[in-house]
Amino acid sequence: MEPITTHTGTGVPLRQSNVDTDQIIPAVFLKRITKTGFEDALFYAWRKNPDFVLNQEAYKNGTVLVAGPDFGTGSSREHAVWALRDYGFKVVISSRFADIFYSNSAKQGLLAAKVAQPDVELMWKELEKDPATEITVDLESRTLRCGTVDTTFEIDNYTRWRLMEGLDDISLTLRQDAAIGAYESTRPSLKPTTLPVKV
Amino acid sequence: MVEIASDKPLTLAEKVWRDHVVVRGKDNDGQRAPDLLYIDLHLVHEVTSPQAFEGLRLAGRPVRRPDLTIATEDHNTPTLEIDKPIADPISRIQVDTLRANCEEFGIRLHSLGDANQGIVHVVGPQLGLTQPGMTVVCGDSHTSTHGAFGSLAMGIGTSEVEHVLATQTLSLKPFKTMAVTVNGTLKPGVSSKDIILAVIAEIGTGGGQGYVLEYRGTAIEQLSMEARMTICNMSIEAGARAGMVGPDETTFDYVQGRPHAPTGEEWDTAVEYWRSLRTDEGAEFDAEVVIDADQLEPFVTWGTNPGHGVSLNDAVPQPTDFDDPVDRESAERALEYMDLEPGTRMKDIRVDTVFLGSCTNSRLEDLRKAAEIIRGRHKDPQVRMIVVPGSAQVRLEAEAEGLDQVFKDFGAEWRFAGCSMCLGMNPDQLAPGERCASTSNRNFEGRQGKGGRTHLVSPVVAAATAIRGTLSAPSDVLLPEPTPA
Ligand code: SF4
Repeated sequence: MEPITTHTGTGVPLRQSNVDTDQIIPAVFLKRITKTGFEDALFYAWRKNPDFVLNQEAYKNGTVLVAGPDFGTGSSREHAVWALRDYGFKVVISSRFADIFYSNSAKQGLLAAKVAQPDVELMWKELEKDPATEITVDLESRTLRCGTVDTTFEIDNYTRWRLMEGLDDISLTLRQDAAIGAYESTRPSLKPTTLPVKV
Repeated sequence: MVEIASDKPLTLAEKVWRDHVVVRGKDNDGQRAPDLLYIDLHLVHEVTSPQAFEGLRLAGRPVRRPDLTIATEDHNTPTLEIDKPIADPISRIQVDTLRANCEEFGIRLHSLGDANQGIVHVVGPQLGLTQPGMTVVCGDSHTSTHGAFGSLAMGIGTSEVEHVLATQTLSLKPFKTMAVTVNGTLKPGVSSKDIILAVIAEIGTGGGQGYVLEYRGTAIEQLSMEARMTICNMSIEAGARAGMVGPDETTFDYVQGRPHAPTGEEWDTAVEYWRSLRTDEGAEFDAEVVIDADQLEPFVTWGTNPGHGVSLNDAVPQPTDFDDPVDRESAERALEYMDLEPGTRMKDIRVDTVFLGSCTNSRLEDLRKAAEIIRGRHKDPQVRMIVVPGSAQVRLEAEAEGLDQVFKDFGAEWRFAGCSMCLGMNPDQLAPGERCASTSNRNFEGRQGKGGRTHLVSPVVAAATAIRGTLSAPSDVLLPEPTPA
């Protein structure tokens, strides 16, 4: 997982509240066996509409999604984060995130930044007025700039630390490698093992 | 389960937890961070593992303990013509991917055609890999089955599967404990499936949330291991993270002599440890429910979640029987989906299909009990009955006893092992509108096939139903025919 401290990229205004995980990625894509390559699945239904924001040339390569409140509700599927990440998004901005989506994002290095709704509205206006507007997010200072909008975002200390260090769940646990090894050395030998095979 | 002091009387779950803590979570403003627990056994199948293995590959990580990991093919596999390539392309890709991953990471795999292939929760106990006092995980919610041995056994998600493969540990938040005390003795024809359906009807599908359940009391002590597995299997349907039974002589007898069970001196040491795991006198549970086994009748579900259960002698409930508006609405919707009129006697409901199988009820004992009821009889001509042993081994054992012949003579289909009609992921599915008496664990809308209607039952109720064509108790078919006047 890539550590992030700051990120600057094109903003994509998504004037939509309650973007649920079925809209982010429909269930049919859950049958895939890969963990990457979900960029085509992102907002699958909406992208069939030529007017959808990601179908507009100016926003196509956006990396910061600015959405309405209650982003990521619905099922717990981790695929929603994978699809956003694979498309190229590094940051999602909303005034409220669903709990599971929020924790899934942190695990995949996607920054979910909570910004007050009035500021989101201002950002939408800026991005729609000039699609070339870039957004800069700074995790160190928890600040965000988008054209004339200069504001702060909310993120808890733990999630911020993980993103800045680029630690996924497994790397975090592997920091305890010595403790795991110590535990293993005291495990009773009578505990079963699957190998060698006995039938 | 907040603080574990050494002098405090402990429950079974607390002891197993205590013995697996690798790193204790730090207190953070009064909130306990998760503990890091060691995992003794990791069961793997084709559906929830592909992305976990891919994650390892992308990060260049090995499987930490292939020798504590075992895989089998079950969810997607056909139960007919298993020597032919799997027809559905997606199922085939998942199975082929599992085979390639096990090869690459050095994991033991029991493939289709192997004597130990079968439903992951049947295979672990059968091999003696599931033993008391262990931590067992699998990317499947019915992992709770293994709690019957006094193990802490939990279903996990795909990213946790990857975490366990890489580290052999799992971060877990402490949970609460609930005693489910079942007193008395079951009447003939009533089985452990009826106990758990009654428990879920009592506490609701969310009643166990945040808890590890411990089933105890005289009725539980009298149950075989197979019957205990049926109960623990469905703990998840009450919303619980896990379900457990204290290990006793029944447990030890079941484990002894299995391929991976300890032997010689190690056996004695193991049994001594296992005995020490039982809940201490005076240990406190965070909650308790009490069920009277003497009062239980065979249970059956009428709706679309496992909490929608009634005694087989009852009728389909009225939505107005439910006080809570959410429950009432769910009942209305369920009745519509199930195409049932309130007030209909459960025993008047006709079924099209009877499914005997799934990790809930597909072990040798389940097959034996069903066979006992149908032996020498014929099924209702309009009913189709499918019998699917939980593992290839169970199939072989059943055949050695001639059970396959009993089922075939009865008119049932005798299949190869797998999850089969428990979920619509392989060729065994209900057609839209088809009604099924099923020994599986979930009666959700579309679970057994799009538009299919499921009534959850025990194996003996399934057998009696296949004879009469309508939902029936064993006592309905075992009574002597009335003599003509
Ligand atoms: S039999 Fe059903 S519940 Fe059990 S593991 Fe298979 S699909 Fe899951």
